[in-house]
Amino acid sequence: MNLLDVKDLAVQFSTQDGLVYAVNGLSFDLAKGQTLGIVGESGSGKSQTVLALMGLLARNGKATGLALYHGQNLLTLPAAELNRIRGNRMAMIFQDPMTSLNPYLTVERQMTEVLQLHKGQDRSSARAACVRMLDAVRIPEAAKRIDMYPHEFSGGMRQRVMIAMALLCEPEVLIADEPTTALDVTVQAQMLLLLRDLQQDFGTAIVLITHDLGVVAGLCDQVVVLYGGRVMEQGNAQQLFKSASHPYTLGLLKAVPRMDRDDESLLAIPGAPPNMAHLPKGCPFSPRCAFADAQCHETLAPLQALPGETGQLRACHRDVALVRSTPQPELAHG
Amino acid sequence: MFKNKDDALVASLGQALQPELQGRSLWFYARQRFKRNRAAVFSLGLLICITLACVIGPFFLPHAFDSADWDAMSRPPTLQNWHLFGTDDSGRDLLVRTLIGGRISLMVGLLATLSSVSLGIAWGATAGFLGGKVDAFMMRIVDMMYAVPYLLIAILMVTLLGRAFYLVVITITVFSWMDMARVVRGQTLSLRSKEFVEAARAIGVPTRRIIFQHIVPNLLGIVVIYTTVTVPGVILTESVLSFLGLGIQEPMTSWGVLIHDGAQVMEISPWILIFPGLMLSSALYCFNYIGDGMRDALDPKDR
Amino acid sequence: MWTYALRRLLATIPTLLAVITLCYVLLHLTPGGPFDTEHKIPEAVLANLQAKYHLNEPLWKQYLLYMGSLLQGDLGASFRYEDWSVNDLVAKALPISAAIGGGSLLIALFIGVALGTLAALKQNSIADYLTMMVSSVGSVFPSFVIGPLLILVFALWLRLAPAGGWDNFAPRYMALPMALLIFINVATIARVMRGSMIEVLGSNFIRTARAKGLPMRTLVLRHAMKPALLPVVSLIGPLAISSITSAVVTESVFSLPGLGKLIVTGASNRDYTLVLGLVVLVTVITVVFNLLVDLAYALLDPKIRY
Repeated sequence: MNLLDVKDLAVQFSTQDGLVYAVNGLSFDLAKGQTLGIVGESGSGKSQTVLALMGLLARNGKATGLALYHGQNLLTLPAAELNRIRGNRMAMIFQDPMTSLNPYLTVERQMTEVLQLHKGQDRSSARAACVRMLDAVRIPEAAKRIDMYPHEFSGGMRQRVMIAMALLCEPEVLIADEPTTALDVTVQAQMLLLLRDLQQDFGTAIVLITHDLGVVAGLCDQVVVLYGGRVMEQGNAQQLFKSASHPYTLGLLKAVPRMDRDDESLLAIPGAPPNMAHLPKGCPFSPRCAFADAQCHETLAPLQALPGETGQLRACHRDVALVRSTPQPELAHG
Repeated sequence: MFKNKDDALVASLGQALQPELQGRSLWFYARQRFKRNRAAVFSLGLLICITLACVIGPFFLPHAFDSADWDAMSRPPTLQNWHLFGTDDSGRDLLVRTLIGGRISLMVGLLATLSSVSLGIAWGATAGFLGGKVDAFMMRIVDMMYAVPYLLIAILMVTLLGRAFYLVVITITVFSWMDMARVVRGQTLSLRSKEFVEAARAIGVPTRRIIFQHIVPNLLGIVVIYTTVTVPGVILTESVLSFLGLGIQEPMTSWGVLIHDGAQVMEISPWILIFPGLMLSSALYCFNYIGDGMRDALDPKDR
Repeated sequence: MWTYALRRLLATIPTLLAVITLCYVLLHLTPGGPFDTEHKIPEAVLANLQAKYHLNEPLWKQYLLYMGSLLQGDLGASFRYEDWSVNDLVAKALPISAAIGGGSLLIALFIGVALGTLAALKQNSIADYLTMMVSSVGSVFPSFVIGPLLILVFALWLRLAPAGGWDNFAPRYMALPMALLIFINVATIARVMRGSMIEVLGSNFIRTARAKGLPMRTLVLRHAMKPALLPVVSLIGPLAISSITSAVVTESVFSLPGLGKLIVTGASNRDYTLVLGLVVLVTVITVVFNLLVDLAYALLDPKIRY
């Protein structure tokens, strides 16, 4: 039984340039305790996907499709219903902990209100529960620190506070939008370990948004690779890393710097991210793809299952074997 | 290729008009943006109409502003005898008086603006350019001027010095130059550290020349914006003073004086209050929208 | 916190000194001014003035004596009313101006904040545009145009309130003047509040609050209000000061015996000492008020701690 069933999710924005689709045709499921990673460059639509699920799109944004959570479509729920789920059964943590916490309220106020609202607790028992949670995320001297303001915490601690706040009601789904991007590298590793431990303790399913493949490798069961708002490749994480089948994914993997090999120059995918207001007619990746042919530029490739590999999906016109075998000579040397 | 249509257009224009395009940059695009702001364009048109009406209108009307029509005292607006705005209790035609009053109000506005803008620029540019203790001292004086409730000092000055036309202008000037000085000083400070100023100093250009020939032209944008902010303030100050009976004196009249007169007799002849009031308010409205439009046009980031 | 307050207080003293001295010097240097012996002054007043201003002493001594009496709270003697000192006149007029000005500012704050918040929540709706249109009327139309119009409509045509005058704080005489001041102040406050609230509502921490499932009411009142109010607080200073200007016009329009009327009467009567005393008083009030606002700002923002 899936917690979350997303079918054909599309997110559009009404802008001065007309209707812009940030996300198109995205489908995935999430089961209990699973971790799903959504990978893509900036502007690929990954954040908009989860913002749509949580009902946090900007005023000019609209989401279509189905996002079934325990049978209810999140995209069409009235605000009151959505508020019962948000912060309670589905929680979200954001990229920048510095601006995502209210600087004018104490941590205690921001945390206890979640329990007061969703669990009906009174202030003092809520406070005790919050201190316990801060301990769980390894904030030292939690009982004293809880009365402080966010600006009195360091970046890594602020993110822990956000995580603690999100887990207060023991949600079934935790959405983490680039939780480590704004942090130091050493702190990043700690944060991911923390997330994994918490997942084991609470059995939470996690949707992890990131542009960092290393993060995906460490934590995710399933992966969705997005480009230009469309799914390029999707499936089991281990499988993907072992044998990716899409030119974009291969490009991403090749671009990861290797510390275990000597004298290898850095490789990058040539070109620049697409302008979402003026996408090409065919595959969004075609302008930068080394394998692109006329068909790729003209028509979108449908998302299809790979023969012989259960659960793996790819959207590409070109032959799998061809893509996997060619060493991609046109990758630029950085 | 290009991020959007505008860039493509610019590039193609650039190819077609190579030499002419160089000098246009800021003002060309500013004018474009201003023209797109319908409220601002409408206000500009309306203001021009009002100004023209005040300046040449009286020549086309059969009445002089102080001639009393004994047959038509305190009449509401009527086509009879061309009293389109009505008459006051001495039989003087209100339309002519409103237009002539407009001349005075606008003239005071213009003169006081010119002098306060000049003073403000000179003060601000000098302070910003010289920096250090001189700057601190000059800005202290500006702060002090802000702390003083201007209307009271204006009243004091008028009490002591009298109400001759030029004195009214001076009084208003004394309290209207600070915004400009502050803003110009800020801009000068940032310009001062730019390379072309350093180059001029290195060659040995005297300080005064640097200020007036290099810094001042670069301040034009912000000066234009703040001038359009100063003008309504100045006109309003004159109107308030005149309304209180401390501004323009008889036999001259201004919108403020007319409104004062109108307020006295509004129970029987409300038009004497309403028409000048409407004129003044429309002029102020226009200046406000034009000012907003200029600000948006010259600095689109500042929304 | 207290060192900050003290520092700010000390900084205001040069301003005060400069203004007072300037006015004093103006008075003495102006030909035809009060201390010009050509002026015909009634005996009783002259005697008063001689005593108060020590007119036979050298100028610098007069100045010091004046400053001395200022520090003791004595604003001098009136030039026109033999029996009244400036202090007496002020004592009668000040409560009236304070009640009307202070009262309407407070009410305007409440209404303005509420309207601005509502406009921000229903951004770009009809209600929003209407509110902003009406409030722009209040901020562009001069008060001395709106005031008489109010009298025209409510007092003369609808006969709901008297056209002016005063009767010992009777509410019906306070209604229209306060309505005028409230209308004008609400205009500015609502506009600033709306802009500020829109900006705060777009910030990341409000997004987090929404993600926590907080209902709109809690979100606005607990999370958004404090940061959104900051620009409004820094507006109170200039508003209070401009309400002194407004007081002058309002009291003139409605014939209220407040400080504004007093100064205008003093000016038209050429009661120089009265005007000087009032200018000094108002400057002091202005300066003190600015200081209080700075302190309030520091209190509201937890990031500014002294």
